[in-house]
Amino acid sequence: MQSAHCENGVTRSLLKNIGIHQITEPLAFGIASGLFFVYIPLLKINNGPVIAFRPLPGLIFKGTCKALGIKVVRKKFRSKPEAGIFLNDCLAGGHAVGCQVGVYYLPYFPKEYRFHFNAHNLIVYGSVDDQYLVSDPIMENPTRLSSYELERVRFAKGTLAPRGQIYYPETGSIVTTQQIKKAIRTGIEKNVRNMLHIPLPVVGVKGIIFTGKKIKKWRDKLGIKKAGLYLAQLVRMQEEIGTGGGGFRFIYAAFLQEAYAYHPIDVLLDISKMFTDSGDLWRTAAVQAAGIYKGRIGSQSDFNVMGDYLLEIAEMERQAFVALSKINWQS
Amino acid sequence: MKKEDVPQDLSSLGRITKEVCYATDNSGKYVTELSKGWDVKITALDAAWEDIESRVSYAREKVLNKEASPLLYFMEKGLMDVAILADYTGFWKWQIKRHLKPGVFNKLSDKKLQRYAEVFSVSLEDFKNMNIHGDKF
Repeated sequence: MQSAHCENGVTRSLLKNIGIHQITEPLAFGIASGLFFVYIPLLKINNGPVIAFRPLPGLIFKGTCKALGIKVVRKKFRSKPEAGIFLNDCLAGGHAVGCQVGVYYLPYFPKEYRFHFNAHNLIVYGSVDDQYLVSDPIMENPTRLSSYELERVRFAKGTLAPRGQIYYPETGSIVTTQQIKKAIRTGIEKNVRNMLHIPLPVVGVKGIIFTGKKIKKWRDKLGIKKAGLYLAQLVRMQEEIGTGGGGFRFIYAAFLQEAYAYHPIDVLLDISKMFTDSGDLWRTAAVQAAGIYKGRIGSQSDFNVMGDYLLEIAEMERQAFVALSKINWQS
Repeated sequence: MKKEDVPQDLSSLGRITKEVCYATDNSGKYVTELSKGWDVKITALDAAWEDIESRVSYAREKVLNKEASPLLYFMEKGLMDVAILADYTGFWKWQIKRHLKPGVFNKLSDKKLQRYAEVFSVSLEDFKNMNIHGDKF
């Protein structure tokens, strides 16, 4: 089934395979404390700074399963043949598996999207002759990869190289409503910590403020062209390949609505609206950024407006997470 | 974002698949809605590619002027840097930096060149002569 974000989608599908149907994409995202922000000026991807709206690849699956008490098998490999054999054994044993892959050599992706981006996830659920049957959460329909093609994307190189990473949940786990309730609560509590209390200036709400202030200086420091490319990079990270829009803020807002079904606390719905507003403002900021990288606008005051959007977003999200931290959980 | 505001600007990905967006319906409840793309994203991607194209054509000039080996051209075209190329080919970074010099490049064995050609998905001849066919990279 298609999903907005690859890892949420893979998580949900793998859990469905072992008979756990209650976990929707927003629930997987929220339980795993998926909302994040980090700006890493020194680490470059495609000649631009790394700006991430989600934690490291693999953490959503790991977080969801851990919170729900589901045992996970996870493996990385040094050698390609070993990785291939392990995959075949899994399939022979009836396990559909999640694979972390790079999109650079992924043949069914359009050329324009094939950067050295290694945090993509897909499911391999069978094989016919030399072809593997693949369910990619970005695609509407199942697809196939030859063993050569699959090996190539599983051993993509560069930042966050997947090293053949494969994972699946063990069968036989049962998830109760009580467990989901608890997982929702701990997921939210952890997300509050990640966004408010990590003592680094580039992470969480502080990271958004940091980035907003930097953006105002980009025009003088980098020149208009490079500053525009950096902003384009920000927008791509925020909106591209499966964020569900608004840097995952809309998925998180959807999660809080679903959380309300398990914890009928009215304030969850109000906070959900706050994240909707935040996601909307991220998108407004993206429109401003587009004006700059298209060359339609580009004065210092345009950069100031852009930076101020981020400061405003940071304040909205700070209030939202403070509100989440003050929830009086009944159970 | 409201459901009716989910943008439908056709992107190159939109020709192959639609993206799932989360948006609110009339009652404020979150639902999923498919999007063909968004102009703001399409132009962000275009901006990135324009930058790549200009680096590729600059590399091509340098190769034609014998200031660099064809390796530079394919490296830029493949969106790579020396570090990624070292990971893919198994060469050391300092070796790759040497291979960027035309004098060194011309003396490389076919066996070594083949390692590069495979990473760039081109034939040995095309690699040596900086030929490209269509959009392949």
